[in-house]
Amino acid sequence: MLQQIENVLQSLEAGLVVGAVYGLMCAGLGLIFGVMRVINFAQGDFMMLGMYAAYYLMAALGLQVLLGDAAPFMAAIAAGPLLLVVGYVVHWLLISRVSGTRVLTLEGEGHSAQLILTLGIALILQNGGRVLFGASPVSIQTTLSSEAWEIGPLYGDDISIFVNQARGVSAVVAVLVAGALYLFVTRSRVGKSLRAAADNVQAAIYMGIDVDRSHRLAFSLGIGITAIAGGLLATGYAFTPYVGLDYVIVMYAGVVLGGLGSVFGAFWGGMTIGLIQQISSLFLPTQLQNTAIFAVFLLVVFLRPQGMFGRVSERT
Amino acid sequence: MMSYVAPADAPSVEDIFPPEAAWRSLMPILAVLLCWGAAAFAITNSYYLLLMTMVPVWAAFGLSWNLFSGYSGLISFGHAAFFGLGAYFVTLAFIVFGLTPWLGIPIAGLLGAVAALLIGLPTFRLRGHYFALAMLAYPLALLSIFEWLGYEEVTLPMKREAGATWMQFADYHVYVFLALALLGGAMLLTRAVERSRLGLALVAIRQNEPAAEAAGIDTLRRKLQALSLSGGLAALTGGFYAVILLVVTPDSVFGMLVSAQALTLAMFGGVGSVWGPIIGAVILIPLSELLQAKLGAVIPGIQGVVYGLAIVAVILLAREGLFWRVKDLLRRPAAQAMPLAPAATPPPAPPPRSEATDAMPLLEVTGPLLEVTGLSRAFGGLHAVQDVSFSVRSGEILGVIGPNGAGKTTLFNLLNGFVRPDAGAVLLRGQNILGQQPNRICRAGIGRTFQVVRPFARMTVADNVRAGAHVHGASEAEARALARAALVRTGIAGQARMLASQLTNLQLRQMELARALAGSPDLLLLDEPLAGLGAGEIEVLIDVVRRIAADGVTIVIIEHTLHAMVRLVDRFIVLDHGTVLATGSPTEVTQNPAVIEAYLGKAWAEHA
Repeated sequence: MLQQIENVLQSLEAGLVVGAVYGLMCAGLGLIFGVMRVINFAQGDFMMLGMYAAYYLMAALGLQVLLGDAAPFMAAIAAGPLLLVVGYVVHWLLISRVSGTRVLTLEGEGHSAQLILTLGIALILQNGGRVLFGASPVSIQTTLSSEAWEIGPLYGDDISIFVNQARGVSAVVAVLVAGALYLFVTRSRVGKSLRAAADNVQAAIYMGIDVDRSHRLAFSLGIGITAIAGGLLATGYAFTPYVGLDYVIVMYAGVVLGGLGSVFGAFWGGMTIGLIQQISSLFLPTQLQNTAIFAVFLLVVFLRPQGMFGRVSERT
Repeated sequence: MMSYVAPADAPSVEDIFPPEAAWRSLMPILAVLLCWGAAAFAITNSYYLLLMTMVPVWAAFGLSWNLFSGYSGLISFGHAAFFGLGAYFVTLAFIVFGLTPWLGIPIAGLLGAVAALLIGLPTFRLRGHYFALAMLAYPLALLSIFEWLGYEEVTLPMKREAGATWMQFADYHVYVFLALALLGGAMLLTRAVERSRLGLALVAIRQNEPAAEAAGIDTLRRKLQALSLSGGLAALTGGFYAVILLVVTPDSVFGMLVSAQALTLAMFGGVGSVWGPIIGAVILIPLSELLQAKLGAVIPGIQGVVYGLAIVAVILLAREGLFWRVKDLLRRPAAQAMPLAPAATPPPAPPPRSEATDAMPLLEVTGPLLEVTGLSRAFGGLHAVQDVSFSVRSGEILGVIGPNGAGKTTLFNLLNGFVRPDAGAVLLRGQNILGQQPNRICRAGIGRTFQVVRPFARMTVADNVRAGAHVHGASEAEARALARAALVRTGIAGQARMLASQLTNLQLRQMELARALAGSPDLLLLDEPLAGLGAGEIEVLIDVVRRIAADGVTIVIIEHTLHAMVRLVDRFIVLDHGTVLATGSPTEVTQNPAVIEAYLGKAWAEHA
C-alpha cells in the first residue's frame, strides 16, 4: 500500500518535472499557432535541431570544463537564439509564401498549403538530420542526470520522492524561460503588436502593424523557445533525428488543451500532458504511453468545440 | 409548386451540359496500363520488376488518398492507418487462419472501409487544422499498439507448392500485372466517383462547405462515403503491399512516411484528378528508389530528404500539382471564357408585377407557409435574436429590414439551420424544422443565398447550379433539366459554361439565386442580394426576384436598399436589437416613428 502511494507520488513528481519542459515546448508552438494560425508540423523537428545544437555546443566548446554542472543548461539556452535564426530564415524563405497577408483572401485553400509545406520541411529536417547526425541515439551526459534529490521521508521512513537533479534543474529553467516569454508577450510593445496581429489580421493591418513582420517574429521566437525546451529535454534522454515525431502530437495536444492562442494556456496544457504521460505509466506498458497521449489528444479535440472552431459566430 | 416552362429560344440542356463521350476518356487509362504491362515483358531483372510493381501500387495508394482528400479538400495525414490495417490483416489472416491473400485482400478492403467509417464519424466534427491533426493521431496510435501486441516484424510464410493459391509467384511479371489490375481498378473507381453526384458534392464541399450544406448536400454523409471508399482502397493496397514484400513492420505500414507518401504523390502529380497520383508515382518512386540504391548506403535518409524537397517545391512552384500546371500551360491560348450563342445573353423581359398583386387579396386566401414563434438565440451575453415571432404567407415577398447588427443574418442562419436556437419554434407547412441540419431544411423546401456570395469558384456556373438541383432531381437528366430551368429563369444561362470565378458580381448573385432555385424551394431566403450592385444591376436583379415570385416561390429578403425594397416587397418586418420592432405594409413601416428612430435616431423621429 505504502509502496503504491510512493509510486503515485513519484509519478506525480515525474509528471510535474517533465511537464514543465513539455509546457515550454508547447508555449513555443502556442505562440506560433496563436499568432499565425499555422499548423507547423515541423515544430518537433526544429526541437530536434535544438537538441542537437545543445549536444554539439556541449561537445565542441568544452562547456563542461568551463561551466561545470551548469553547462548542459547553458547549452540548452544557447540553442534558443541559434534556432531562432534558423526559424527566421525558414519563415522568410518558405513559410511566408503560404501564410500571413499572402493568403488573407484565400478561404480554406491556404491552410492545406501550410500544412503540407511544413510536412515537407519536417521530412527534410528528420532525414537531413539522419544524414548529418547519424541514426544512433545520443544524449547529453551530465553528472546531474545520475543523481537525485530526496524529498522526505514524508511519512515514517517509507515514503520518499526522488527528483532527478538534471530533470529538476531543467524544469526550473523551463519555468523561468516560460515566465520570461509570458512577460514579453503581455508587457512589451512588440508582444502587444503580436497579439494584435493574432486577434484580427485585417484590423492589425489598418492599425499600421506589419503583420508579416509580426508573423516572422512569432515564428522564429516560437522555434527558439521550443528549441530551448528540446535542449533541456536532451539532458539524460537519448534521442535520434526522428525524435520530433513523438513530440508533435504531445505539443499539439498541449496547445489545444490549453486553449488556442494563449501562450500561458499552452504551458499548462503541456504540463497536463506531462502528468498524463507519467501517471499512465503506472498502469500502461511503455509502448502504450504514446497511445494514451493520442487518446487524450483526440478526447480534447472532440470535447472542446470552442477550441476547434475558433469563433463560433461565423459570418455568412 | 408551379412548374416553369422555359422560352423556346433559351439554351437547351445540351448547350449547358455538353455531352461527354465516356469511352474516349477510358482510352488513355487502358493505353497506359497496356504499355506498362508490355514494357514489363521486356524486363527480366527482378529488381526492376519489383520497381515496376511498386510504382502502380503506390500510385493506387496515392489515388486512395486523392479520392478523399483531393476531391473534398480535407487533408488526411492518416491514410497509413488504413494501409497498415490492410497489410496486417492480410498477413495475420494468412498466418493464423491460413487465409489466402486472394480472399484476404478483398476482406481487408471491406475492413478498411469500416475502419474509415468508425474514424470518420467522430473526426468529421473537426474542421481544417484539427481534422488533419486528429487524422495523424490514428496511424501513430495504431503503430504503438501493434508494437505492443508484439507484431514488430511479421513474415508471410513461403508456400513453395501451389504458390498461385497463395498469391506467390516465382515469375515476378505476375506481380506487375496484379499491381496494374489494382491500379486500373483504382483509376476506374476514381473516374466513376468524379462523374457521380458524390464527386460533384465533394468538389462543392472543397470549395465552400457551408454553401454546399445550404444547397442541400448532406455533407457529413458525402464525406463518410468518400472516406470509406478511400479507406477501403488504401487497405486493399496495403494488403497487396504485404504480399509483395512478404514482411510487415509497424513502421513500414503505419509510419508517418507512409501517410506522407500518399499525400506527396498526389500533391506532386496533381490533386483532384485521376492522373495526378500516377504522374507523381511514376516520377518520384523510381527517383527515390534510385537514390536509395545508389546513395542509400552512403547517405541513409536521402529518400526522405528528396520527398521533403519535392513537397516544398510543389507547394512553392505549382500549388495544384504538375498535372494542372501542365494542363493550364496547354490550355492558356484558349483560356478565355466561352459564353454561349447570342440568344442566351439578354434575360427575357420580366412580366411586370401588376397593381393587383401589390394589394392584399391574393395573400389572404392562402395559409402561412412559415410560422416562427418565440425564436431566440444568444451569443454569450449578446441577444442576437430574441423572442422573434412572425409568419410568412405563401406567395408573398416579405422584406426584413433593420439597422446593422439587428440580427437579420442570424435570423436566416436560424431558419436554415446553420445556427441552433436557444428557444422557439419554426413550422414549415405546419412541420417543425427547428434544429435540423441545413441540408435537411433545404430538402424540406427552404433555399437561401448569402450576404457575401459563396460560389463554388472552380466549378462552371452550370455545375454550381447542378449541385443545387440534386436535392430533388431523382435522375441526372431531371437534375440537369432543373438546373437549366433555374439558369434560364435567373438570366444566367448564357454564362453556363464559364467558371464561377470569371463572373461579375451581378452574375454571381444571379448564379447563387439559380443554385438555390434549382432545389425547387417553396421559400427562398435572400440575404442582401443587392449588396455591391450598381443602380442598373439592381433593376436586373429585382426583375429576376419578381419573376421568381410570380412563378409561385415565396421570398423573404434582407436588404438595406430601402427604395428598392419598397417597390419589391408586400410586407416588412423590422428588426432592432434582435427583436421585432414593427411589421406591416411598406407605407405603414416607413412612416412608423419607432422605425425611423431605430434607423436615424431620435431627432429624425421627432421631425417625422
